[in-house]
Amino acid sequence: MSQQYRLKSCFQVLAEQQRTALIPFITAGDPLADASVDIMHALVDAGADVIELGIPFSDPMADGPVIQLASERAIERGVSLRTVLQDVHNFRQNNQKTPVILMGYLNPLYRMGFAQFAESAAAAGVDGVLIVDSPPEESVVLESLLAAVGISMIRLVAPTTTAERMRLIAAEATGFIYYVALKGITGAGSGANSDAESGQRIKTMRELTGLPVAAGFGIKDAESAADWAQLADAVVIGSALVTRLAECESSGQACEAVKSFLAPIRIAMDNVTQ
Amino acid sequence: MFDLGSRPDASGHFGEYGGKYVSETLMAALDDLNKAWQKLRKDPEFLNEFDNDLNFYVGRPSPLYHAKRLSEKIGGAQILLKREDLNHTGAHKINNTVGQALLARYLGKDRVIAETGAGQHGVASATVAARLGMQCVVYMGEVDIHRQAINVYRMRLLGAEVRSVTSGSATLKDALNEAMRDWVSNVDSTYYIIGTVAGPHPYPQLVRDFNSVIGREARRQVQAQFGRLPDALVACVGGGSNAIGLFHPFVDDTEVPMYGVEAAGRGLESGQHAAPLTTGRVGVLHGNKSYLMDDDNGQILHTHSVSAGLDYPGVGPEHSWLKDSGRAEYVAIDDKEALDAFHLLTRTEGILPALESSHAVAYACKLAATMSADKLVLVNLSGRGDKDVHTVAELEGIQL
Repeated sequence: MSQQYRLKSCFQVLAEQQRTALIPFITAGDPLADASVDIMHALVDAGADVIELGIPFSDPMADGPVIQLASERAIERGVSLRTVLQDVHNFRQNNQKTPVILMGYLNPLYRMGFAQFAESAAAAGVDGVLIVDSPPEESVVLESLLAAVGISMIRLVAPTTTAERMRLIAAEATGFIYYVALKGITGAGSGANSDAESGQRIKTMRELTGLPVAAGFGIKDAESAADWAQLADAVVIGSALVTRLAECESSGQACEAVKSFLAPIRIAMDNVTQ
Repeated sequence: MFDLGSRPDASGHFGEYGGKYVSETLMAALDDLNKAWQKLRKDPEFLNEFDNDLNFYVGRPSPLYHAKRLSEKIGGAQILLKREDLNHTGAHKINNTVGQALLARYLGKDRVIAETGAGQHGVASATVAARLGMQCVVYMGEVDIHRQAINVYRMRLLGAEVRSVTSGSATLKDALNEAMRDWVSNVDSTYYIIGTVAGPHPYPQLVRDFNSVIGREARRQVQAQFGRLPDALVACVGGGSNAIGLFHPFVDDTEVPMYGVEAAGRGLESGQHAAPLTTGRVGVLHGNKSYLMDDDNGQILHTHSVSAGLDYPGVGPEHSWLKDSGRAEYVAIDDKEALDAFHLLTRTEGILPALESSHAVAYACKLAATMSADKLVLVNLSGRGDKDVHTVAELEGIQL
């Protein structure tokens, strides 16, 4: 199954069912170096439609303390871009359907080499790549290499993005658009509330691109997820889940935590959209 | 007047280096800043106000001093010191913060933030914030807070809040991460005073523009005092602001070699250093593409230098461009050589240099020794060493 097809068909099915996609984020290699694949399967079982897998980086400028610390722990365990790609490859042995988005920072990809990265990511079964510190202006080379192997470079829109930039970001965007739900870092705030202005931006991006729009940053529980589920086509939950996983000491415990954490969120989202 | 040369290009690149590698939330703020700066850097009224502040508040021009006893002791070229240590607050950093404070006011921001390593940039930021009545938060690595206690207290006296950063290596790079996070979270109210010629465009350009007063004055002074241009320029390079400030006005004087001095720490072969231009490779960190120090997985390495201000794994993109173009040469001086130079300058000239600047002095002495007595080596003495007295005492086992 080709990569772009996987994301497209995922969102098509959800649209038909009038459901908002649930996209959990986990940092690869946390809480254990070798539990990520099990956790990814548990995420799908608990209702995840797309998985965002964080590539640990030493200097995550857009992340709050939760993901910073998870990244530091994972790096100490020897997790790297190579092992993250291996995780996706292993996940694909038993799941051909759920799209996987890698999220991270540019330098690890730069060090591997963009061409090598594109090739390896495609071979592993990655569907999209979201690089926080690589806006469209600086992404021309990487984006075209990824496009050639059918991987979407997911573009971000922020509350501060101007109308002019929204058009620039919309041009040639693929996969989906990631709307940054707050002016801040990941995990900030006490459950970000949706607002009319965000609603307008999400609507504009949907119209400009014809692509689904996901909302993330600061969404941390059933209430805030349900709130954003009414505006966006997908809701990303990261830091709150990473916090929960950090306490787990085994793969089994982590999978249980995923189940108990995501279940009420899934129900709350479906209740407001269906 | 600022040099209106073509670098960086309109998109903020010096060749392949520089750019704007930041999250989308900051792009609008950077665009606003860039628009304002491209206009103000040619605005006579703004430039006049900046010049006035440099003259009457900073105390410029700083002298170009002929270090005769040091030169004699070395027995080679004449060593000239550009005395940035005599500026208000004790280093070149104030040139940039005075300028950026005016810029912040122009943009209508009443809160400024800054990152600091040695504390000089933090002090310089807290100083201009006090002067303009702005709220000021300074991010500083926990390790640096310990080794620069006097500067921390100075910042507090000036009314700034100093926030300790414990993540990563708890030094300058981590302070920069934390300042970026603050900026993303408070982008509407806050102006980020970056202290070096790194970060996303337009920072490398505007910090250079503000510090270029060093090179403009030095060029004029050396011609007035010696009737010619120098035979070499030497400056230390952490992020690279004092070096760019000296080098930039000389870039077209291709007969004048320029030497940037990085921190070799415990020795380049030990791996415990902060010399990305000498030993590193190209990558992306803190909003720009430049030389940096990372491992094979692209994780940024912890660095070491006896001087907090040089203890940084990246470097400004214009230096990367100068290196590749061959216009500047980059070398490294280790902790011990820097400390020796610190003592040597103190004893021969009665000038206590900052440990950062001591790296430049050390290399200048090496270089001067290979040259004849009629040659001129111009060194940027970027800061004074009062802040380092405790560090030096500690290294020598002396309890103060």
